[in-house]
Amino acid sequence: MKGALDWLDQRTGFRQLVEDLFFANIPGGSRWRYATGTAVIFCIFIQFVTGVALWLSYSPSTQTAWESVNYLQNHVAGGWMLRGLHHYTAQILPVVLALHLMQVVIGGAYKAPREVNFWFTLLLIQVVLFMALTGYQLPWDQKGFWATKVAMNILGIVPVIGQKLQTILIGGPDYGQLTLTRFFGIHAGILPGTLIALLIIHAYLFRRHGFKGAQSSRKPDAPFWPDQALRNAVVCLAIAATLSFLIVRHRLFGTSGPLGAELGAPADPSEPYSAARPEWYFLFLYQFLKYFPAQMEIMGAIIIPGIVMTIIFLMPFIGRSPSGHRFNIGFLACVFVCAGLLASIAFSGDAHNSSYQAAVKAARLEAERVKQLADSPTGVPAGGAITLLRNDPFTQGPKLFAKNCASCHRYNGHDGLGNFVKDPQHASDLADFGSRAWLAGLLDPECVSSTNYFGATKLRDGKMPKFVKTKVAHYMPEQKAQLQKVIAAVSAEAQLKSQALSDAHDAADIVEGRALFRDAIGCADCHQLREPDENATAPDLTGWGSREWLVKFLNNPAHPNFYGDHNDHMPAFGEKQILTSQSIGLIADWLRGDWYEPAKP
Amino acid sequence: MSMQSQPASAKSGRRSFFKGAFAVVITGIAALVPSLAAFFVLTDPLRRAGESISSVRVTSLEALPNDGVPRKFPVLAPRTDAWNKYADAPIGAVYLRRTGERSVEALNVVCPHAGCFVDFSGERGQFICPCHNSSFKVDGSRAALTSPAARGLDSLEVEVRADGSVWVRFENFEAGRAEKIPVA
Ligand code: FES
Repeated sequence: MKGALDWLDQRTGFRQLVEDLFFANIPGGSRWRYATGTAVIFCIFIQFVTGVALWLSYSPSTQTAWESVNYLQNHVAGGWMLRGLHHYTAQILPVVLALHLMQVVIGGAYKAPREVNFWFTLLLIQVVLFMALTGYQLPWDQKGFWATKVAMNILGIVPVIGQKLQTILIGGPDYGQLTLTRFFGIHAGILPGTLIALLIIHAYLFRRHGFKGAQSSRKPDAPFWPDQALRNAVVCLAIAATLSFLIVRHRLFGTSGPLGAELGAPADPSEPYSAARPEWYFLFLYQFLKYFPAQMEIMGAIIIPGIVMTIIFLMPFIGRSPSGHRFNIGFLACVFVCAGLLASIAFSGDAHNSSYQAAVKAARLEAERVKQLADSPTGVPAGGAITLLRNDPFTQGPKLFAKNCASCHRYNGHDGLGNFVKDPQHASDLADFGSRAWLAGLLDPECVSSTNYFGATKLRDGKMPKFVKTKVAHYMPEQKAQLQKVIAAVSAEAQLKSQALSDAHDAADIVEGRALFRDAIGCADCHQLREPDENATAPDLTGWGSREWLVKFLNNPAHPNFYGDHNDHMPAFGEKQILTSQSIGLIADWLRGDWYEPAKP
Repeated sequence: MSMQSQPASAKSGRRSFFKGAFAVVITGIAALVPSLAAFFVLTDPLRRAGESISSVRVTSLEALPNDGVPRKFPVLAPRTDAWNKYADAPIGAVYLRRTGERSVEALNVVCPHAGCFVDFSGERGQFICPCHNSSFKVDGSRAALTSPAARGLDSLEVEVRADGSVWVRFENFEAGRAEKIPVA
């Protein structure tokens, strides 16, 4: 063994290296605050290890980026931990870097002969920030997509080269395939390569100049090993513990939130994302930008940060005199305090901004939903997960309803999305449309003329309300029982998922109801139910409330099978091409409560 | 040992200068080969002509009520994304507002500040950008001079055809500038 090590030492001189590394002299002895450099290295180490593993799991294309990340997050054992580590290390790295910078400046370790090494630290910080910027959109979720879009547009305002740079970076005029391949290459290749080069030079220069100890210390010098090494190890452990805590904190406290890093809904260039915000350590810049009026943002985004950076770069020269050194410390502290202040203004602004909060909530729900759909038996189609959401009645139905129906109709009194509608209600409330309860309401003399049914339309004076108010109102108990069966029969036409059990249970009543519809109650005077009648004047109730019926109805409510000439204001959504057949289908499915629901655990 | 410099005569000094210069130039040329190839590939997007823009059908007049409130519509159009061709890709969205029996105004929903999508707030009767609070009047002009956006919302060419369909010539413009410069 010894022989082998001697052999190796002769050829590499590693013993000297180990000696230099481990027994380097620390003037004034070991201290906790000297551990910040190790903390930075440890974070970068985590990023490399987790980054490589993520790399081996990731597929950069618009149809597979989100999908591969979702797979890793939800279907690979420990995938959430891996993503969580990478994500939260990126979150704390800026803090660790800031502490390190502070420690270097306070300790005077930026002064001669360590100027060059100080500059390398600054470059390293910038590379890390660029890595954060380029990594944010790689999962190709809404959050990263929109935040990065804003960041890139701000880059675009740089005079002369801005737009060109933007086009090269995103690989074209628009976001797409090349944006991902380029951002990924920069994030996982170019920047880490640069980082390693910087670190090697940094380490070389550090070895050349050794530790910069405390200036006036009464404590004796001590070697790095084992005192400082132990402190550093403890700091690394503390970082690992903090990260683990951040990753599982929502499970620990039972709060709502992801295990590990959040993954939003897949990026959709046509779906705006009102909750777009940069990562927290860029928030100060985001807030800063708000103070610059049109065309001046270049001041806030580039010139002022550039000046601040230049001053920090010049610190080794400014710090030659004691007052310059004090200025440096004060300046840096000032920068951090201002950044913190700006970030907290942004935070509290958002906390009090109800539309932002609503957008965040909506985004969470959408993310949760797309995860359910991706886990459903259908799974993620080759075209990508984005189609799952676009074809999902549960999420699209309310949006379509709010936009196209809610100016007249209501859904449980709101616009489908839960918002209050200012315009007066003109037409029926369609929550539970097709159900027995809805129909019972229509046939209730008290309700039929309310705005929730015919109240505000010209049908209010039609035959149906008249029938309900003059006939049904005076029904004997026995007739009321018959009416219940008719209601069951007509409602069964809708074949609602929610009523499947009671429809099956009351099969006999339903058959009887159909006969009563025709003979006893007098519905068949105007309506048809499964028996064609040329003289029918009111909507055909065959298949009433079923998907097919609703789609036809939405296509053209003024069709002779429906309201014919009696139609009041309701547009022919399909025939007039106001809505695509896909959208009409989504509205119909949503009204009928027909969407994928994951099995209850 | 022969490599060590001899007492230099003027002649050999000049010769070694040329040798050195050649070494630098030749290495430079050699390094240029891969670098140029990389450079051309990476700057390719700059040399690509943008897709030609033609009008696309967005909706029909029936979908636009006469209440003066803008409605948002997605714009679907053929799109080429590097190696993928889509027949009907969402390429953006527009706010359409009816200004008369058969006249419609179209605004691109993209905030000219930094590219977020603006929202129309019915309460305030204005477009509000959720990112840095730019506000715009219903006709798209800037509502407050303190808005970080340098220009109003970008209007787009609209055409109402005989059958009542509304066609928009959809374009995006560079963010952050006072003038409308189409994104090529
Ligand atoms: S992107 Fe709209 S205000 Fe900044």
